[in-house]
Amino acid sequence: MSAEKTGDSTLSKEHNPTYQVIGTRPIRQDGTDKVTGRAQFGADIHLPGMLFGAVLRSPHAHARILSIDTSQAETVPGVRAVVTGADLADLEDKVTELGEGTINLRHQSWNTLARQKVLYYGHPVAAVSASSPHIAEEALALIEVTYEVLEPVLEVCAAMHPNAPLLIEDMYTDELGQKSEKPSNVAAHYQTRIGDVEKGFESATVIVEKEFRTSMVHQGYIEPQNGTALYNPDGQLTIWCSTQGSFGVRDQVSEILQIPVSKIKVVPMEIGGGFGGKNPVYLEPLAALLSKKSGYQPVKMTMSRSDVLAATGPTSGSYIHIKLGADSDGKLTAVEATMLYEAGAFPGSPVGSGMGVMFGPYKIENVLIDGYDVLVNKPRTAAYRAPGGTNAAYAAEVMIDMLSEKFGMDPLEFRQLNGVKNGDRSTFGATYQRIGYQETLEAARKHPHYSAPLEKANSGRGVASGFWFNYGGKSSASASLNPDGTVSLIEGSVDIGGSRTSIAMQLAEGLGISVDDVRPFVGDTDSVGYTEGTYGSRTTFATGWAAYEVSQKLIKQLVERAAKLWEVHPEEISYQNGGFSIGEKHMSLKELAGKLDETGGPIMASATVRPGEYGPGFATHIVDVEVDPETGKVTILRYTAVQDVGKAIYPDYVEGQIQGGVAQGVGWALNEEYMYDPQGKLTNTNLLDYRMPVALDLPMIDTVMVEVANPGHPYGVRGVGEVPIVPPAGALANAIYQAVGVRLNSLPMSPGQILEALQAEKD
Amino acid sequence: MMTKKLHVHTVINGEEVEFLCEPRQSLLEVLRDTLGLTGSKEGCNNGNCGACNVILDGSLVNSCLVLAVEVEGRSVVTIEGIAGPEGLHPIQQKFLEHAALQCGFCTPGFIVAAKALLDQNPNPSEEEVRHWLSGNLCRCTGYDKIVRAVLDTAQVMALQSTKR
Repeated sequence: MSAEKTGDSTLSKEHNPTYQVIGTRPIRQDGTDKVTGRAQFGADIHLPGMLFGAVLRSPHAHARILSIDTSQAETVPGVRAVVTGADLADLEDKVTELGEGTINLRHQSWNTLARQKVLYYGHPVAAVSASSPHIAEEALALIEVTYEVLEPVLEVCAAMHPNAPLLIEDMYTDELGQKSEKPSNVAAHYQTRIGDVEKGFESATVIVEKEFRTSMVHQGYIEPQNGTALYNPDGQLTIWCSTQGSFGVRDQVSEILQIPVSKIKVVPMEIGGGFGGKNPVYLEPLAALLSKKSGYQPVKMTMSRSDVLAATGPTSGSYIHIKLGADSDGKLTAVEATMLYEAGAFPGSPVGSGMGVMFGPYKIENVLIDGYDVLVNKPRTAAYRAPGGTNAAYAAEVMIDMLSEKFGMDPLEFRQLNGVKNGDRSTFGATYQRIGYQETLEAARKHPHYSAPLEKANSGRGVASGFWFNYGGKSSASASLNPDGTVSLIEGSVDIGGSRTSIAMQLAEGLGISVDDVRPFVGDTDSVGYTEGTYGSRTTFATGWAAYEVSQKLIKQLVERAAKLWEVHPEEISYQNGGFSIGEKHMSLKELAGKLDETGGPIMASATVRPGEYGPGFATHIVDVEVDPETGKVTILRYTAVQDVGKAIYPDYVEGQIQGGVAQGVGWALNEEYMYDPQGKLTNTNLLDYRMPVALDLPMIDTVMVEVANPGHPYGVRGVGEVPIVPPAGALANAIYQAVGVRLNSLPMSPGQILEALQAEKD
Repeated sequence: MMTKKLHVHTVINGEEVEFLCEPRQSLLEVLRDTLGLTGSKEGCNNGNCGACNVILDGSLVNSCLVLAVEVEGRSVVTIEGIAGPEGLHPIQQKFLEHAALQCGFCTPGFIVAAKALLDQNPNPSEEEVRHWLSGNLCRCTGYDKIVRAVLDTAQVMALQSTKR
């Protein structure tokens, strides 16, 4: 494969010039299945005797359930079972970690099937199993639910008002660790306080202040949620589903249905995108309940697209206020900010990570940031790629642009002056170790895009930076050597975009063999060690690390076998590039693999890791836009994304992550938004009205991979998946300002918003 | 509530096929649930995402918007019919070489759509490719590598036909 296929990727060899496998572009092992339609995604499963489930959802945003009568539905021929909230145990409050956030299991159960109250349009109220999906749906219409409709709370500032109707009537605010006196819609108040902001603003010569609003948006994976369950009379439960983490599904279902994890096997099917939205369970516990109640028959459930939009995902809409000061040299002195994030119906918005991401790339000595996690009558939010980061960075990057303009400085130069370096303390308190932010700024300044002339009228160029923490977490892998010298690898990370291969490549590199000689397989919860979900940009980093450890353990055993054959001590043998040698004697791994039986039998190894040091990621993006002053439409003329990727294990798919992140950021910035009517009904529950970018909306997205190896990983890996969604909205806002002179302070920057802003400028 | 099933006789991927279906069932539902051809995907079920694209008598359609009974006497090509007996179609090969897929869920629809494009326009410009593929949603790739794969396929196929 050619190394120069896409854009103007630069692959430095700084870290280690001797890699044989890492940094190459093999064809992924699951590729043929995916281009021929043979790959089995969650909804493709078909089991003998399979029934179909359907969910009745609340037509109201906020209502008390007075009664549910399922008797009519139960008599429909073909209907096998009906379940309601009464079929689930009431759980105590218990907060546990889940995919880049936390989840309260009492709320998770309530979100699975409503009890007493429904809290958003689309909240599940009952579920039915039947012999066909059509019969199941028809039966839903016969379930009679009586509601007392309550006033919905749809706006984050209004939800915080002391007299606002309460969603969860016994919820108290976690007020900086203390429980509030009165129940409230504010689930939590967090604060970052570093230095002394008053003094910081005193030393500032320029202070800018601005407020921003952003809309709720969805992850937008193309495959709707699905889940198939088979409950056996012996109490064993098997679940096939599309999830980012099979062990996460096992743990959640175990809690919701109160069954031990040892009774549950979760088989992860191929997954059609997740972006954070497929960490929580929705259908899996329902399918399991229905399977049991239907006489231990398998039950398959799939969501419609409108269910997906109304009741899964999204990420928070937000209100953000920022005050930012800089001294006469242009050095940032202080930031003060308030961030209100919509949690949706249950606590858990990503406001905490938003607080950290917002000014993650900058060195500021005095920081006071208050973040609030606020309930509103909208779906419970789930993680979405760099959770909470994109909207926060959008606000911050507009402020940085305003300041660099006031100082008459080039915006990248301003960032170089204020950007964090190794050893600097971040605005969230941690000290950065080896980071590559400045390297991205330098590469962006040198890039031909940055100096190319802008020729069209009403066109402009914007830049913005972004930060993401990245994550490590628990990962496991095991491998066995086949008699032909190939290796079968079982790993626990669901593969959403080529990670089987990036993990296999690290095993191959470690063993000194070709990646074509490694056959990777994503194991179910009974066949591989505990592995956290594919989130937090952790998979190639942590599960790849586990694969590396496996390679080292295999080598140790192999050398012992070679020693046995040659009748020498293992220490005398050297192993390199898939071959053993001692003096003049050589033997390849393949030769030894054929002699396993005569040296002691099969060889396999397994490893589990839990890395604590996971190098953070930084990116800097450049975008050119043209704004049509008649229609307000923004056309993206050119896009360049520069990112510190640590070490690109599988460059094709690192580029892909960057390009995909940019596209999602562009959608969030320009088009996507949840539209509610005054009663709290979501009005755009289809993919025509919830407008995600199509091929015609985007240009080619050039990627520049800067490689500042992460010293905390055997191959220098940093997570790459999340950072690229962080800068686009800020970069586009800054480009639109350069093009037509208006600074937009709300997302999406849709044609209507832009026209309004242009009109306001004229008036 | 069961409606009487209808008998349909059609051609799918070059083979004669007969099936029974209810009048309300879409072609997508029958392909997936009755005939076991699960390569066509359901992403939206209302014609907005293109994941269920098939070629019906030479025209690209969303199989979720076609009733199964409508294919009586017609010819359908699904993703399962794109590769030939000798192996992958050049479009499929180029998708792999260009890493034009991540999760792979939208991929069958894109490949079928690209096949339909190249069947009628063997030498499309980048703009034409982007316009044609605007009926297909991909959330993973940002379309860059998909567009490159389709343009590269056109070049390779043009070269192959010159050689012949």
